[in-house]
Amino acid sequence: MGWETWLIGTISRALAYGTPLLLGTLGEIYAERSGVLNLGVEGMMVMGAFSAFATAYTTGNPWLGLLVAACVGGAFSLIHAFVSITLRANQIVSGLALTMLGLGLAGVLGRGWEGKPLEAALPALTVPHLAKIPGLGPSLFVNQNALVYLAAGLAVLLWFVLYKTKIGISIRAVGDDPATADAMGVNVFRTRYLCVLLGGVLAGLGGGYLSVAYRPAWTEGMTAGMGWIVIALTIFAFWNPLLGLVGAYFFGALYHLSYRLQPWTSPELLKTMPYVFAILVLALVARGTLKRRMNAPAALCEPYIRGEE
Amino acid sequence: MRLFTIEKRPSPSGGLVLLTSVLAILAALVVAGIFFWAWGASPLHAYRLILQGALGSKLGLAETVRRAIPLLLCGVGLTLAFRALFWNIGAEGQLLLGAVAATWVALFSGLEGPWLIPAMLALGFLAGAIWALIPALLKARLGINDVITTLMMNYIAMYLVLYLIHGPWKGPQMRGFAYTDFFPKAAWLPLVPGTRIHWLTLILGVLAALGAYILLTKTKRGFEIRVIGENPEAARFAGMSYTRTILLVMALSGGLAGLAGVGEVAGVHHILRQPEQISLGYGYTAIIVAWLAQRNPLAVILTALLLGALMAGGDVIKASLGLPFQLVNMFNGLILAFLISAELLMRYKVSFRPRRKGWAGRPG
Amino acid sequence: MAKSERLEMRGIVKRFPGVVANDGVDFTARAGEIHALLGENGAGKTTLMRVLYGIYQPDAGEIFLDGRPIRVRSPAEALALGIGMVHQHFRLVPTLSVEENVVLGLREGLSPFPHLRRVRERLAAIARDYGLEVDPRAKVFELSVGEQQRVEILKALYRRVQILIMDEPTSVLTPQEVEQLFSTLRSLVEAGLTVIFITHKLDEVLAVSDRVTVLRKGKVVATLPTAEADKPSLARMMVGREVVFRLERGPAKRGERLLEVRDLQALSDRGLPAIRGLSFELYAGEILGVAGVAGNGQKELVEVLTGLRRATKGRVLLFGKDLTNRSPREIAAAGVAHIPEERLRRGLVPEMSVAENLVLKGYRDPPFARGPFLDQRAIIGHAEEAIAAYQIMTPSPNTPAKLLSGGNLQRLILARELSGQPRLIIAAHPTYGLDVGATEQIRGLLLKQRELGAGVLLISEDLEEILSLSDRILVLFAGQAMGLFKAGEAALEELGLLMAGARSGKGEEASAG
Repeated sequence: MGWETWLIGTISRALAYGTPLLLGTLGEIYAERSGVLNLGVEGMMVMGAFSAFATAYTTGNPWLGLLVAACVGGAFSLIHAFVSITLRANQIVSGLALTMLGLGLAGVLGRGWEGKPLEAALPALTVPHLAKIPGLGPSLFVNQNALVYLAAGLAVLLWFVLYKTKIGISIRAVGDDPATADAMGVNVFRTRYLCVLLGGVLAGLGGGYLSVAYRPAWTEGMTAGMGWIVIALTIFAFWNPLLGLVGAYFFGALYHLSYRLQPWTSPELLKTMPYVFAILVLALVARGTLKRRMNAPAALCEPYIRGEE
Repeated sequence: MRLFTIEKRPSPSGGLVLLTSVLAILAALVVAGIFFWAWGASPLHAYRLILQGALGSKLGLAETVRRAIPLLLCGVGLTLAFRALFWNIGAEGQLLLGAVAATWVALFSGLEGPWLIPAMLALGFLAGAIWALIPALLKARLGINDVITTLMMNYIAMYLVLYLIHGPWKGPQMRGFAYTDFFPKAAWLPLVPGTRIHWLTLILGVLAALGAYILLTKTKRGFEIRVIGENPEAARFAGMSYTRTILLVMALSGGLAGLAGVGEVAGVHHILRQPEQISLGYGYTAIIVAWLAQRNPLAVILTALLLGALMAGGDVIKASLGLPFQLVNMFNGLILAFLISAELLMRYKVSFRPRRKGWAGRPG
Repeated sequence: MAKSERLEMRGIVKRFPGVVANDGVDFTARAGEIHALLGENGAGKTTLMRVLYGIYQPDAGEIFLDGRPIRVRSPAEALALGIGMVHQHFRLVPTLSVEENVVLGLREGLSPFPHLRRVRERLAAIARDYGLEVDPRAKVFELSVGEQQRVEILKALYRRVQILIMDEPTSVLTPQEVEQLFSTLRSLVEAGLTVIFITHKLDEVLAVSDRVTVLRKGKVVATLPTAEADKPSLARMMVGREVVFRLERGPAKRGERLLEVRDLQALSDRGLPAIRGLSFELYAGEILGVAGVAGNGQKELVEVLTGLRRATKGRVLLFGKDLTNRSPREIAAAGVAHIPEERLRRGLVPEMSVAENLVLKGYRDPPFARGPFLDQRAIIGHAEEAIAAYQIMTPSPNTPAKLLSGGNLQRLILARELSGQPRLIIAAHPTYGLDVGATEQIRGLLLKQRELGAGVLLISEDLEEILSLSDRILVLFAGQAMGLFKAGEAALEELGLLMAGARSGKGEEASAG
């Protein structure tokens, strides 16, 4: 196996494994941009993974599975939205509760589903003409999932919405200075609810991708901490969807390498790579304190109460 | 549209705090009951099983206490961290590191006899503390988010244990299973006869709760911890050192979790094995223990027993109803969600009628 | 233009827990007039206008706009009715650009795009008409305070308001910027707008308004044409008694040199140079006032002097000892007291008790500490003494500080900071946002410290406060000393020029002495 094949394989798998990370990160970026930290990503993803699998298995339709996963993720995120936006409870604790709930519920419900093979998996596709481009073609356009392209397109779209539309201006205003946004007639509560909901839908979708496309099966804890990597990626991306794209594929490559390098060293130690790197990346980003401070939503984690500042 | 109005309450009374905690657990039980029902089990039957399993017999009580020991140790540590507003979600990993250190002492240090147990406790504490100091340093020096780093450290600890038991520490006497060999008898913690209560760690836990309480309420260091937790800006203004305080708090927090890990391997398993078997999520459940105790270390003695009872009861319904262990995790999530929602009742007066539309507030 | 009554507020009552902020207030304003709303802090001016702007709902009373009754439920509704307000604290999102702030919340048509080019064109037209030049693409945090105020006015005009409320607009401006603002306001009323101008400064009322309504303790004292008013009569109406314009103050007894700042440099939070080669001295028994428009290095200066921010260059000598870049703790131990700018954020722990807040700095040492332990009895005893001595109104020493009013919180901070008999007091905006009684008491306390021989560095945006308390005045602009004056020698005109950055020969000379 030449290094070229190796590189093509790595890029191709980085896209495949980076996609659930990207979906989760895009959603979390929107939630945090509106001022709500949602640490429940892991819980929403695992619920998405289970519900997508169960639906696809029962109905034989993987797309329906993804739809259900998005709805379940969204429904889960509304718990967090209600508790942290309406009831103004601590966002950190509420998100943790959501993760515990998701992991627990998926474990309980999914018990009878473990080990069943999913025949109705999302088919991988090869883009006709583009696949023939030397180098680029095989790494980007052969044997990929439709969702891979959907997620990448979504990153561009969400970047555009955030920076170039009125809705984007409102979202950034709500996350930075909710009192001012409110005074200017922006509905802070609705904006935050919608952003958290979008976060849940995308996290659910990301989980669904794992169980009906990436590895068509259901195993308990199959998200393996991806939800937490998403939280780190959001910071790493400076809350910018396009940088989120870069970060997600980088971590996708790391996950892939943690399998590919197994002949050389212990698989258990390799599996720590994404987590070790997440910490290292955050440490590196921390040196760019200035940029981070400018981009971090100023009102992150702060419940908004009218008339109180 | 608003269905209810929310006003700030000056400060909650003790009774109110207790009431809301009880309400939160009840609400979680009701919702969990719906799942039992969906599973095809009568919720009332399930609750009776939990109650009997946890409190109904001498054995049940003993199991409750055994479960409460790691929760107590981790929970006390977490109250300290949470008081300083350091989000230590990493008690799970710190506990595992304690277990790893104890295993090393028991199997590979060459120590023997009466020195084994003290050495295991000391090194377990140290290992947990060091594991906790990494995120503490990263936050104090570089401002890196503590929730993420402590969590990542959990995963790293988990894979570290897996590596050890699959690789270098795999026991030759274990016939291919991924365990270490059994600890020598001198490294087994003494038990209360007829139970699995490793009483030495229990005593350490109670002492830790008392010590943490005195530290927080009666000492200069405790004053600093509380000021930093309530208002880090004011602490800096008053000349308190954030780094030093956070390092102290996390060393204690991680060290206590490390002790819990020593207790589990030296008191219960006597081997190092799969992480999820060593810990059963004690480090995560301890978050609820600490929060339920209103971040008061003394109250942790009670809340650890309460959650210990739930876990012991959970074991019983697992066995008799065939429910998976993840049930406990789900239950934890529910309690925590209801608990913080109920806190609203403490901090705010909620009245269920629409208020006149429009802006309200304080004079500006 | 016919001066009809555009706005009428009748019998407005607004109560807050423990206060009646507006007690049956009648107020009218006409098209094409600048109507000053005059009153002391706490007289109810801002509350009345917040009722009009929809921030507060009145407990009683009616509002008519062009003769028709209206109800304003939120600022968004107020804007839709053509009522705009420029607050003392600007309502701008700092990370958004000027044009993005302008379109924020606008609902024009169904297009999802902000059409920023069209916005820019209209802004340019408005700016031309009324003298409100700002770069529409600049991010708000990059703008000066004066420019930010212009953005606020632009925002309102872009929404085609007919009534523009300005809440104490001059407190953050240099005298020259004030002149520019006044001319903008005049051109607005010429175009037929109504401007309501909230202030407590008599000179401004006389300089700019057509009519004036005086409020005192939530009630209207009088409404009269400005032409019929003069300074003493307005002052009497506002305060309700004859006013002494100068504070009682003995002559300075200048003692030894306490503080010496040499060629100091420091960076702002954003990493830009905030203090750029600042040198001055401060002596025992004097109050040195630092005048300047907000954001010219005052905050950074205070933080460097108290050890909260690193100096990148230069030296700070306290009592002859080099204390540059020492920790806040060492500096406090050397006898420096700090009355911080943001009381609740820095000076206090709101959730903790009054007694604990009183020992926030002294907890380490006897009598409050014995070994590693705290002595609760000593702490409570100390609190009881301080509460009595500084007249802190609190139910008990164990009450959480967050339940105290602003004036009492400031007394608490002073009680703590002055308790160790400090030799140098650094007071940042010590009376900001306080009522008249508390302001007088706190100024009195500072003067008393001066009598006792302490040195006071007074940072304030309130030029009147600086002028009435200081023995010498240092003007700060862009992190540099523009001049140093003896009290009484400083002409307002010249101070203003220096605050705006214009160099003056006279200031240079005075700084030598």
